[in-house]
Amino acid sequence: MPMLAPTVVVLACAALLLVLAIAAVWIGRTRAGTTIIYGTSLVIALTAFLAGMAQLLRGGVPADDIMLPLGLPWIGVRFRMDALSAFFVVVVDLGAAAASLFAIGYGSHERARLRVLPFYPAFLAGMNLVVLADDAFSFLVAWEFMSLSSWALVVAHHRVPDNVRAGYVYLIMASLGTLALLLTFGVLAGPHGGYAFAEIRAAHPSPALSALVLCLAVVGTGSKAGLVPLHVWLPLAHPAAPSHVSALMSGVMTKVAVYGFVRIVFDLLGEPAWWWSMLVLMLAGMTCVMGVLYALMQHDLKRLLAYHTVENIGIIFIALGLGLAFKAYGMAWAAALALTAGLLHVFNHSLFKSLLFFGAGAVLTATGERDMEHLGGLIHRMPHTAFAFLIGCAAISALPPLNGFVSEWLVFQAILLSPQLPSWGLKFLVPAVGALLAFSATLAAACFVKAFGITFLGRARSSAASAARETDRFSLAAMFSFAALCLIAGILPGLFIDALAPVVQVLAGGRMPVQTGVEWLSIVPIAQSRSSYNGLLVFLFMVISGALAASAIHRLASDKLRRAPAWDCGYPDACPATQYTASSFAQPIRRVFGSVVFRAREQVEMAPPGDPRPARMTVVMHDPVWETLYLPVAAGVGYAAERLNHLQSLTIRQFLSIVFAALVVLLLVLALWP
Amino acid sequence: VIADFLVQGAQMLIVLLTAPMLTGLVRKIKARMLRRAGPPVIQPYRDLVRLMRKEVVLADTASWLFRVIPYFIFAATWVASSLVPTFRTGLLFSWSADLIAIIALLGSARFALALAGLDVGTSFGGIGSSREVMIASLAEPAMIMIVFTLALVAGSTQLSTMAGFMESSAVGLRVSLGLALIALVMVAIAENARIPVDNPATHLELTMVHEAMVLEYSGRHLALIELSASLKLLLYLSLIACVFAPWGLAGPSAGLGALAVGALAYLGKLATGGFLLALFETSIAKMRVFRVPEFLGAALMLGLLATLLLFVSRSL
Repeated sequence: MPMLAPTVVVLACAALLLVLAIAAVWIGRTRAGTTIIYGTSLVIALTAFLAGMAQLLRGGVPADDIMLPLGLPWIGVRFRMDALSAFFVVVVDLGAAAASLFAIGYGSHERARLRVLPFYPAFLAGMNLVVLADDAFSFLVAWEFMSLSSWALVVAHHRVPDNVRAGYVYLIMASLGTLALLLTFGVLAGPHGGYAFAEIRAAHPSPALSALVLCLAVVGTGSKAGLVPLHVWLPLAHPAAPSHVSALMSGVMTKVAVYGFVRIVFDLLGEPAWWWSMLVLMLAGMTCVMGVLYALMQHDLKRLLAYHTVENIGIIFIALGLGLAFKAYGMAWAAALALTAGLLHVFNHSLFKSLLFFGAGAVLTATGERDMEHLGGLIHRMPHTAFAFLIGCAAISALPPLNGFVSEWLVFQAILLSPQLPSWGLKFLVPAVGALLAFSATLAAACFVKAFGITFLGRARSSAASAARETDRFSLAAMFSFAALCLIAGILPGLFIDALAPVVQVLAGGRMPVQTGVEWLSIVPIAQSRSSYNGLLVFLFMVISGALAASAIHRLASDKLRRAPAWDCGYPDACPATQYTASSFAQPIRRVFGSVVFRAREQVEMAPPGDPRPARMTVVMHDPVWETLYLPVAAGVGYAAERLNHLQSLTIRQFLSIVFAALVVLLLVLALWP
Repeated sequence: VIADFLVQGAQMLIVLLTAPMLTGLVRKIKARMLRRAGPPVIQPYRDLVRLMRKEVVLADTASWLFRVIPYFIFAATWVASSLVPTFRTGLLFSWSADLIAIIALLGSARFALALAGLDVGTSFGGIGSSREVMIASLAEPAMIMIVFTLALVAGSTQLSTMAGFMESSAVGLRVSLGLALIALVMVAIAENARIPVDNPATHLELTMVHEAMVLEYSGRHLALIELSASLKLLLYLSLIACVFAPWGLAGPSAGLGALAVGALAYLGKLATGGFLLALFETSIAKMRVFRVPEFLGAALMLGLLATLLLFVSRSL
């Protein structure tokens, strides 16, 4: 029996999701609607995941071309799943499957069902179609479809004023991104309009045009991925959506944007120039540090996670930038290392960020709170959620033996290869970027000590937190499966690196050494004497020595335990308000870094003795990107709109003369054009 | 292979058994410099045994995490310190983690300890945790920069390869290594909560970071945390000794004699390091907590400068 080609399977899944989206309008009204929609999405996403996996493990060959007679008649709609697309299909559909599983439980608390259920499968279909598209036209249509369906999900709870603003900013930024991509493909396709990716690949644009394409692609995909300074919509929009959609937007949709960047810059655009990597590395380094500093200043759990996505996108783009630099100088093996690191981080981040958003969603269902200042002590009330969330926190903080560490370790190894680059600009930039990366990695750990510690540890800060109940089984299953994957990817990274080899081979023209043959399942990026890491052994050593210590002490010394009130240096205070809060936890870091970056100022208002008024402390912070970049533009647009306002109330003669003048000017331009 | 296994086992035991001795030695020397008699050098062992025998008094609000964390910290620190070459390079499992991974393992331990500080929900725990992560946010990047410098000089992040390179004549006198050494000492002082960054001997709110986090621990849990702190101090001294003073280190194929020389040299280096630390600590005053970022920022800049020098010229 001939097997169905994986590409066909994934396409069929996308089509089924679209059908499901339409059917959801009716099914969503029934009582079991939520379960049916999310259950079906789960099955479809799993199927697509398996198909993508099969294609990836076959090394992406044969990549069947599929052409459908839709769309513009002289272009058609082409789909193709090569190794790169297959990898991103795996990332997208794994995330989609987990989000659907989570939503079977989580979605039952949804009030505005019909504002979520139809758009959810559509969103999944959109993301799948973007990574499958093989011509500019279908790529852009799928991209816009993905943006708009996710926008609809962002404004699902449209009665919350913040969400409407989030949706507005998102819509503007998404349009900007699509506009940039439209121009990107316009330039790439050239005057003859060769919109199929194969034709674009064959054309070799001049250096000036390539540079233009690169800048446009950075704006177009960077705005979706959340590169600073194009990130402003992300921390508004991601938290506004229902939590399973937040998980998808942060964990998966930003990866689709990374796919767009990789596809355009590494695949379609041809040989890179050396300075491209400078641009990417600078933006990425800034994104890394700004993202995590913003995240540290937040006390809304979901917004903290969203800002943290910005940081991780920075890490991914650092790896991609290094890959570009090595590729420009023909160091294929080094480029392969950097790209593997970046793509592995794509996969890892999709795991732990989804996991963390699921956890935040579970907390939100249990307490109705996103503000960490009103949470606390949830580890007693929600032990399972707390455990899974803790794994996610440790993984995203790049702690061994979990998966986040492996990809960051590979990025560091790639950075250590960069003295061999001949360009002086890169020689100075790369160590600086390395310092920024190290800096953001530690700040990330600080950030997640805060996120976990304030939310789950300590004592409950509100009655909602003290009455929280453990979340449902579906949500827990989704969280635990991703937590397990975080551990597996951390201790057996060699398998994942080898699976990425065909993807990297296409993009960089080289690959990392085969890892599965290395004894003890270590990973050796270049040579054994240079560097190696074995997550499995580190994990086993830790388990063994911890267990050894515990059993020895319990056997030989003492295992007695007594509960008593907290000691607190002799002055325990029963009031939970005496605990450290999210803002007080971040205060030292805010003073050290925030006073420079955010111009953070603290004002303490102390009532004089005898005055019963409470003392107050206010912290004033400024968002440098928003204030220096967006507010002036917004003010300019507002000013221009006001000036042009009176054009609306002209007489018919005046309108006609404007039309006439415009016509004359345009014809003159056309006549004088060389 | 069995001999290798034995050497690796010996290393694990040696670090575990000498760590409290080192702490005791530093305390003793400090006391003598202040013209006090001071407790005997073996006092930390007595403390540990006594603590382990005592029952644990656990705060009502403590969770299961609070009870697991001491074992986790101990395991992470012990594994990390058994991977740093002490008396012999090329240990059996030395390739399972390079220097970056060792630093990250210590980072895991710190992450866990900071969480423990927040678990009971007291203000002291919170103050300790928040200051600890602030200090770490500068100390760890500085450490990574130092690792970069060493890795660029030696062409490897593997400690055994590094030590071998440093022992060879190829290394020569380099500015970058000098800067890295200064930065490493500063980071080591901060990471081990020593004066002038933190004072391990006080229980005063203004001065404490590490002690504030472990305030609620008692009995065997406290013993493990104390032991981990000693192990961490030993680890940093071993690291400095292994990279900047690799003399006497036995090679991967050394015989018993060379191993004995290596072990003696190691003990000598530890004693010297302990003495220098005590000397430094008695001659300097504790800093205000918001002066610490300047201190560590200097370490970070030194590390970055050293790395940049190497990017400019491989011979600097």
